[in-house]
Amino acid sequence: MARKSRRRDVEAVKTHLSSPWASFAAILIATIWTIPTFGLFVTSFRPSTGINGSGWWTVFTNPEFTFTNYTRVLFEGRGATPPLSQYFLNTFAIVIPSTIIPITIAMFAAYAIAWFNFKGRNFLFFTIFALQVIPLQMSLIPLLQLFSGGLHIGNFTVIPSFGITGTFIPIWLAHTMFGLPLAIFLLHNFIAQLPRELIEAARVDGADHFKLFRQIILPLSIPAIASFAIFQFLWTWNDLLVALTFGGGKRDIAPLMVRLAEMTGTRGGDWELLTAGAFVSILVPVAVFFALQRYFVRGLLAGSVKG
Amino acid sequence: MIEIAARQSQLEQAVSKLTGLTLTILIFGALVAIAFALSERTSERVQRFLKYVIFLAPALIFLFIGLVAPAIRTLYLSFRDARGEESVGWANFKWAFTQPEILDVLRNTGVWMIVAPIASTGFGLLIAVLTDRMRRPGLVKSLIFMPMAISFVGAGIIWKFVYQFEPNDRVPEIGLLSQIAEWLGFVPSNWLLVNPLNTFLLIVVFVWIQTGFAMVVLSASIKAIPDEILEASMLDGASGWKRFARVTVPMIRGTIIVVLSTITIGALKVFDIIRTMTGGNFKTSVIANEMYNQSFRALNYGTGSALAIILFLGVLPLVAYNVMHLRRERSER
Repeated sequence: MARKSRRRDVEAVKTHLSSPWASFAAILIATIWTIPTFGLFVTSFRPSTGINGSGWWTVFTNPEFTFTNYTRVLFEGRGATPPLSQYFLNTFAIVIPSTIIPITIAMFAAYAIAWFNFKGRNFLFFTIFALQVIPLQMSLIPLLQLFSGGLHIGNFTVIPSFGITGTFIPIWLAHTMFGLPLAIFLLHNFIAQLPRELIEAARVDGADHFKLFRQIILPLSIPAIASFAIFQFLWTWNDLLVALTFGGGKRDIAPLMVRLAEMTGTRGGDWELLTAGAFVSILVPVAVFFALQRYFVRGLLAGSVKG
Repeated sequence: MIEIAARQSQLEQAVSKLTGLTLTILIFGALVAIAFALSERTSERVQRFLKYVIFLAPALIFLFIGLVAPAIRTLYLSFRDARGEESVGWANFKWAFTQPEILDVLRNTGVWMIVAPIASTGFGLLIAVLTDRMRRPGLVKSLIFMPMAISFVGAGIIWKFVYQFEPNDRVPEIGLLSQIAEWLGFVPSNWLLVNPLNTFLLIVVFVWIQTGFAMVVLSASIKAIPDEILEASMLDGASGWKRFARVTVPMIRGTIIVVLSTITIGALKVFDIIRTMTGGNFKTSVIANEMYNQSFRALNYGTGSALAIILFLGVLPLVAYNVMHLRRERSER
């Protein structure tokens, strides 16, 4: 009862504080924020003569729309360059393993650090978190050398090269390695907070760590996994640097972003293709983002910012 | 005929890629399942040791091969020549701090580090405060947050279109910025070529993306301010601005600093925007872009590594601060 009336007081304060001007300003800013994307969206549906002949804002008085840009950019290749649909597929081929593998490995490690009793657990946890200090750029050259040539000390081969250059494997591995510190950090925060009684009870019942992980930890951790999965998905989908470096410029494994960056450089004036292509690349992450916004925000607030 | 053949080979490629993808996932899943099935069958004594191998070792191996060892090797390479064959002492670093083009790069990076975080955090805070009192802030917040889902490459294209300039006077402008300039009575120019304006135009793209992040984090922290404090300040008759400056901001100071340092780290490493919008030309290059050019265009691993080390030294204090902040927060809990 008392609680309810207090709540009403707070509401009253809030209403009193809320000013129409503040709301108006917020809506105005949000509109300005959206205009560039909206312009791209509108442009991608205009015929190329229209795009180059007048600004996109003229469509309100002079509407003229077409799907040609999309069919052209998605399905028509040019010489040795495959159409964008192939790059779209490559993006999927990169993103899915690059999300599943680090999450699996990070779940294991997060569980171990949270619930195994060993010395230096805390130290290990903060060391892994602190690894985010290493920027990607510091790993690029050595990792590239490792993937292409293996590791040799003198004449002794420690790690063979496996001949994986030119396949998706280096990109998957790189994304896994770079994603791990954040993944372990986020998942550990969640797993460490699971009720101790639950885990001890299962241990008393004779469940070993493997069974415990499979039957209790994993199902309970789904929200945290979802949270990180969205991050890793968006990060790998939107990545340019890793794909550019570890894809070695090969067309048959290059993802959307690599192709789009290339198109802006070489065909900067073909706005009908660029806008349609850009919109294709934006569509999936934005859809995922809106569908799972709740988990995304939760992940952000857990202190997860990719280093 | 040729077209049909091309379509066919496209389809074949697509099928083979999808098969490869499915197989990869199945093999990975099978490996994990087998490891678990076998481990569960072993005796407790074996498991005491085995659990570390299965749970902890993969992550540690990946982290070592992917981050720790490469970082050490990059440090080593930064003191060697282009191919990493001979030691050159501090020459690569001397090069970085004396070569005029690289000094431009370092100066640009400095501008990014200062302007981008302050602008993003400022806008984020402004929107967080404005929407805090709104009845239904959902849509406004979503719209401002949306660019976070858009790649830097996609954002680069969106804004390149905004900055598009038409040199021919008789053809109407199709870039929004040029058109607005015209409407306001200015003569538009080829924006991305004008230095130092172009660096700021690139920063706008970054701010456009990062503001959403700042807004979400700051908004949550404003929500966490106890209502009593706000009520008390209201009863004391504090005006809106005073409440903001004397109550809200001091209460969320810690969060503001974390947001600032996080965005600074992002600004230090910015690469995609530069790559997509100017390619680092017209004096817009930054350290991450130059590192890529040196390493993979000029194939000079020495100077490339030196730039990576400089980047690392720039990021180090910021991440250290964030880690310490987190540690403190945890011990308080």
